[in-house]
Amino acid sequence: MTPLSSYMILSAIVFVTGVVGVLIRRNIIMILLSIELMLNATNINFVAFSYYLDKVAGQVFVFFALTVAAAEVAVGLAIIIALYRGKNTIAAEELNLMKW
Amino acid sequence: MGSLSFLYFGTVIVLTAILVVALRKPVYSVIALLVMFFHIAGLFVTLHAEFLAAVQLIVYAGAILVLYLFVVMLLNVKEDDSYQRQFRLGMGLGLLALAEVVYIVSAAGLPKEPVRGPAAAAAVAGNTETVGRALYTTYLFPFEVASLILLVAMIGAILMAKKGIMGESK
Repeated sequence: MTPLSSYMILSAIVFVTGVVGVLIRRNIIMILLSIELMLNATNINFVAFSYYLDKVAGQVFVFFALTVAAAEVAVGLAIIIALYRGKNTIAAEELNLMKW
Repeated sequence: MGSLSFLYFGTVIVLTAILVVALRKPVYSVIALLVMFFHIAGLFVTLHAEFLAAVQLIVYAGAILVLYLFVVMLLNVKEDDSYQRQFRLGMGLGLLALAEVVYIVSAAGLPKEPVRGPAAAAAVAGNTETVGRALYTTYLFPFEVASLILLVAMIGAILMAKKGIMGESK
């Protein structure tokens, strides 16, 4: 039987991969994809805890996380399309209007 | 058997997660993410969360990734796909955070076995029935709030992506 800590370490690896992706990629679409990685890492954690502690609440939380992820993707991609229409680029370092 | 399937799913998930971040072309990254979602769904099945596995496939692989592919192909940007300048700093910070989490997890004393037998929980009622019952009784108010979030996101996405709906451009 796999111990709970292996699930947590798997989820930590996926989460850190997402964090590194947000830090190192230029393309905004890739940054959004990395955020998806992080959300899925937390979902793995929730489901593993739900199984090991025998509580259904973890699975319900994953359901809500899915809802929020869907909303985030819809709004984020709409922002990207609006940005591309206005500035003709989706590179993160070009979008420095609000940078001091 | 259980650890063998975890080994397979875990290896593929980690490999595809790294591919998502490392691959230069966004379309390839999205495909790698698709493979990762399928294997996460498999991991959910081994954890007796069959309902969530199905939802993961339908919502993530079916809807969200299609949306990503759509936008990637719609924009079709030809830019240099190199990494940011802070590549080394990001990798260093990531490895530091990973080492920290691994240390905390190994020191935390988490349970090695499920609290109750997995067969006992699944045998009383189906997984979908259990989740649905919790969703519509204990978590009824958050459920309604989630539907409100989806409505707001839908209106917001249309408002931002549609040209000239705010009346600023003709």
